[in-house]
Amino acid sequence: MLGSPRYFYTFSSRVLPWLTPIALLTLAAGLVWGLAFAPADYQQGNSYRIIFIHVPASSGALMGYMALGVSGLVAVVWRMKMAEVMLKSIAPFGAALAAISLVTGALWGKPTWGTYWQWDARMTSMLILLFMYVGVIALQAVIRDPRQAARAAGLLAMVGVINVVIVKYSVEWVQTLHQGSTLKMFGESTIDPAMKYPLLLSMLGLWLLYAVNVLLRARTEVLWRERRSKWVSKRVKEGEH
Amino acid sequence: MNTFRAALGRELLVLWRSPAEIINPLFFFVMVISLFPLAISPKPELLATVAPGVLWVAALLAVMLSLDGLFRRDQESGVLDMLLTAPVIPVVPVLAKLLAHWLLTGLPLVLISPLLGHMLQLPDGALGTVMLSLLLGTPALTIVGAIGAALTVGLNRGGILLAVLVLPLYIPVLIFGAGAVSAAAGGANVGGILAILGALLALTISLGPLAVSAGLKISSGN
Repeated sequence: MLGSPRYFYTFSSRVLPWLTPIALLTLAAGLVWGLAFAPADYQQGNSYRIIFIHVPASSGALMGYMALGVSGLVAVVWRMKMAEVMLKSIAPFGAALAAISLVTGALWGKPTWGTYWQWDARMTSMLILLFMYVGVIALQAVIRDPRQAARAAGLLAMVGVINVVIVKYSVEWVQTLHQGSTLKMFGESTIDPAMKYPLLLSMLGLWLLYAVNVLLRARTEVLWRERRSKWVSKRVKEGEH
Repeated sequence: MNTFRAALGRELLVLWRSPAEIINPLFFFVMVISLFPLAISPKPELLATVAPGVLWVAALLAVMLSLDGLFRRDQESGVLDMLLTAPVIPVVPVLAKLLAHWLLTGLPLVLISPLLGHMLQLPDGALGTVMLSLLLGTPALTIVGAIGAALTVGLNRGGILLAVLVLPLYIPVLIFGAGAVSAAAGGANVGGILAILGALLALTISLGPLAVSAGLKISSGN
């Protein structure tokens, strides 16, 4: 059902009006709580607060590329139209998040490590992730036929996902400066609960905002691709959105 | 196997008849490397420190640039369409093509690399590792780069786009290749790193031709 562009369009029309405010409210709540009310770190003082932007952005960028890989698999193997639309819609926001993660990481690195940039494992991986987003976007930009462009980008994203995993392990081989994850899905987190909950909230908020962005982009793309179909022209004539 | 041998013979013959495609990557490799002593400094200790990276980056770029026209001639002459209309995915001819390409463009880089390593003041003990790491690494670079070449085959502006697509994918091979040479220059044991390079090569040989074939199918609109 979700594979049909028309169904997707009506479905997303129903989802967006409540998903958008929820995403914005969650993100705002997480950020206000984290930036204004969470306790200061005993070592890093207030400078650690950039974590409430840095970690959500990094995780969003990583998940976005995984989603690109999955869409790529579906688009190349099953040639599903909506997966092709997703390949075009997921990439830009993910690339922006990777850039935000790098910038906030650099700003955080200065007060804590005394340098904006180090070729440390995680920073290098994120930089390469950004490069791979750029590749996916650049490839789609030069191929004229949208279906072919999406499938080409899909194949690249699949190869890219394998590469992300290998890069992650191979750069860890170079000495690492970055702190380990303090948030663990399984086992005990090494972060104080007073910092953990606002962090989780802002992560959730940013992911939801990413979803909203993808839906909005996908809707535009669906309209453009289906511009010659009856249901689109009917909607346009009736002035519906 | 017969198909493979016939395809390999054809690809070798076609490449052999356009010697520029074989010689240019080799000269590119030599020229880029000779730029570094001029640009950085001819001091032996400094050169020896940067030599592993310089050798590897230059080899990587030479391989990548040699791939730009990998499928173009086949596309223009219609050979590619014939391959793609066959009932099986063209993994065997693709593998033959990649092997032929590597034999005539990648292998010469491997063979000349000890000389260049010596010119970059690497200790003699590391020259064997230079060759061995490139022997394992350049075929992987050829295969991964061919995925990019397959995806950009119909596009006019291949060069820079190919680099943008392929360079991030080259990073693991670069890290372990240059890492092996650095370790050898420092007198460390390189068996483990070379084994990882071999693993990367095995991965690309097994999955790469599938991805290249899929890329060719996508680019030709099938």
